[in-house]
Amino acid sequence: MTTATPAAPAAARRPAPRLRTPRVPSARPRRSTLLTVLTAIVLVYSLIPLVWLLINATKTQGDLFSSFGLWFGDSFALWDNVATTLTYDDGVFVRWLANTVLYVVVGAGGATFLAILGGYALAKFDFPGKRGVFAVVIGAVAVPGTALAVPTFLMFSQMGLTNTPWAVIIPSLISPFGLYLMWTFAAEAIPTELLEAARIDGAGEFRTFFRVSLPLLAPGIVTVLLFTMVATWNNYFLPLIMLRDSSWYPLTLGLNAWNAQAATAGGEAIFNLVITGSLLTIVPLVVAFLLLQRFWQSGLAAGSVKE
Amino acid sequence: MARSTPWRRALTATLTAGALAVPLAACSGGADAPADSGEATADAASALEEGGEITVWAWDPTLESVAKDFEAEHPNVTVNLENVGTGNDQYTALQNAIAAGDGVPDVAQIEFYALPQFALSDALTDLTAYGADQLDGTFTPGPWGAVTQGGGVHALPTDSGPMALFYNKRVFDKYDIEVPTTWDEYVEAARKLHEADPKAYLTNDVGDAGFTTSLIWQAGGRPYQVDGTDVTIDFTDAGSQQFADTWQTMIDDELVAPVGSWSDEWYQGLSDGSIASLVIGAWMRGNLESSVPDASGDWAVAPMPQWEDGGQATAENGGSSLAVPAASENADLAWAFLEYATVGDGIATRVDEGAFPATTAELEDPEFREQEFEYFGGQKVNEVLADSASQVAEGWQYLPFQVYANSIFNDTVGQAYVSGTTLTDGLAAWQEQSATFGNDQGFAVNQ
Repeated sequence: MTTATPAAPAAARRPAPRLRTPRVPSARPRRSTLLTVLTAIVLVYSLIPLVWLLINATKTQGDLFSSFGLWFGDSFALWDNVATTLTYDDGVFVRWLANTVLYVVVGAGGATFLAILGGYALAKFDFPGKRGVFAVVIGAVAVPGTALAVPTFLMFSQMGLTNTPWAVIIPSLISPFGLYLMWTFAAEAIPTELLEAARIDGAGEFRTFFRVSLPLLAPGIVTVLLFTMVATWNNYFLPLIMLRDSSWYPLTLGLNAWNAQAATAGGEAIFNLVITGSLLTIVPLVVAFLLLQRFWQSGLAAGSVKE
Repeated sequence: MARSTPWRRALTATLTAGALAVPLAACSGGADAPADSGEATADAASALEEGGEITVWAWDPTLESVAKDFEAEHPNVTVNLENVGTGNDQYTALQNAIAAGDGVPDVAQIEFYALPQFALSDALTDLTAYGADQLDGTFTPGPWGAVTQGGGVHALPTDSGPMALFYNKRVFDKYDIEVPTTWDEYVEAARKLHEADPKAYLTNDVGDAGFTTSLIWQAGGRPYQVDGTDVTIDFTDAGSQQFADTWQTMIDDELVAPVGSWSDEWYQGLSDGSIASLVIGAWMRGNLESSVPDASGDWAVAPMPQWEDGGQATAENGGSSLAVPAASENADLAWAFLEYATVGDGIATRVDEGAFPATTAELEDPEFREQEFEYFGGQKVNEVLADSASQVAEGWQYLPFQVYANSIFNDTVGQAYVSGTTLTDGLAAWQEQSATFGNDQGFAVNQ
């Protein structure tokens, strides 16, 4: 059936005497000045901190105090700063980076894996207590992690887990929002008929899951992975409470410790390293977003339209 | 010394409140006298032989070398030095660990103002058992008074903060300002500078509990009286009022820069001369050298301005100590390290790295006093600072819940800096809210 052609002739056939200019059915969208201005403001608002960070990472400690914040100083010390950041205090920054990567790979990776399994099961299997699970998950989405940090600390210290990487990894493994997202995504993205067909063809549940469902879930997986990655990468409060040993710090805590040096008797203010360190800290996240952008967008939009 | 953001203060307050309630219930009001005090030092020696591992929570950067040297001297001993945060952050962690009964360090750095809070709740080992009470006279009066407040020896001082006037000589010379010797002259100097250059201020202040209490201390005010769990808070005494009157002028006439200490703006002001002086603890010498390198040659040090013409009283600002938490599982070894760092060879290492000592021997040492500092234009800075240490007014006490009290300073006294409230009203509000908190915690405040 061809449905595309009739529209154009119909428009051409009809005379349009009241229009001063012929209507051009082009792909050019309508523009609203107000919206453009608003978008521009939002864009500037979100980019200024980044620009500030980039500019100030090129300054020495002295230049930071003597030059205008949103323009370059007398010297260009970016590479010096990066080198010093990586080597300061026996290269502790690299250690913090490695810790953060560990927490992200195990924590966010594990959280994504659990969310996939759980979301798929909730979407595609019927079992008693499903509504109860739904209520718990929705409830858990509403509880901010910060509120649970102190009880978690007390529980973990009873179990002797505080001040170990497990104290950061285990709570990171749970992502109610990721589970909910996977659930709705799986419900939309995997036709039940497909699963039935796979079963009729003799595939076991595991084979069906890994060979049929998982590829269909890819955009959703990337979305959840990005969510949990960002959450774990930026995690501050939980490690702040759990960790005492600076050799297990993630970057967020480490940078804060460096920043606190300026407020310490006998300490050395190293604002230039804090700024350069912050820049280095966000680079992996920016890269991850740029690379996974397409999946992320389609993942977010999935389920928004009922077909 | 450590400043913190409002939300962090709120958090600390909540956690502190929770943690304090527990130990106080068991507080017997006095330190238990251990039966085996005679054998304690021998225990420390055998603990060193035997070796083991201790965990030290401290943010003082000079302790790193001290720990290394200590390990080199005692090969069987491992010292895990951990920087858990500066000031409040560390106290929150320490309170949490004590409350949880797990992960408590063997040695903890605690500032003088926070010490009574831990000492009175029996969270610290009384070092009298190790003969620490014999060390009276080893330390200058200010720090020694702080670690022995309320009886017993709760900690040993590592560094002290006898106050002095750090001033930017270049700015003073440029505007022909004489170095003030009294607080009245200080106010006039502030006026003269600000009139000559509206962008420059003699000093900064947006409300700082440590600074306020130190100036009241110097003026002879003793607003806090602590006897066991009986506490009196009274900011109406003459010293407190004298401070409030003088400093009110500074605020009313907008002679203080509205910049918080330790912020990057503050460092900027110290660097470019728009904050031209600080009346602050002796440790500022090291901070200027390491963190404001561009102003090298500009700064000089003079004695603290006085409340009376020809007076000689000073006060302490900041300064900290090392304590052995009662929950330490290796107290003997902890004491051995503590002794090494505060009265043993550790002092020399720390002084070499820029710390300002709390021990009289070092402060009177000619080599220490006559050291010329290039940063300060060759001035023998330590002479001024060491003299200040010997002139610290006696009898000052901090509250056993000073960490909390300081956390609400900005909501009470701090209002005087941003609204029409006066310092006197602010101090009254601070007194009232501190008293309410103290009573809630089981102290008898102003009763």
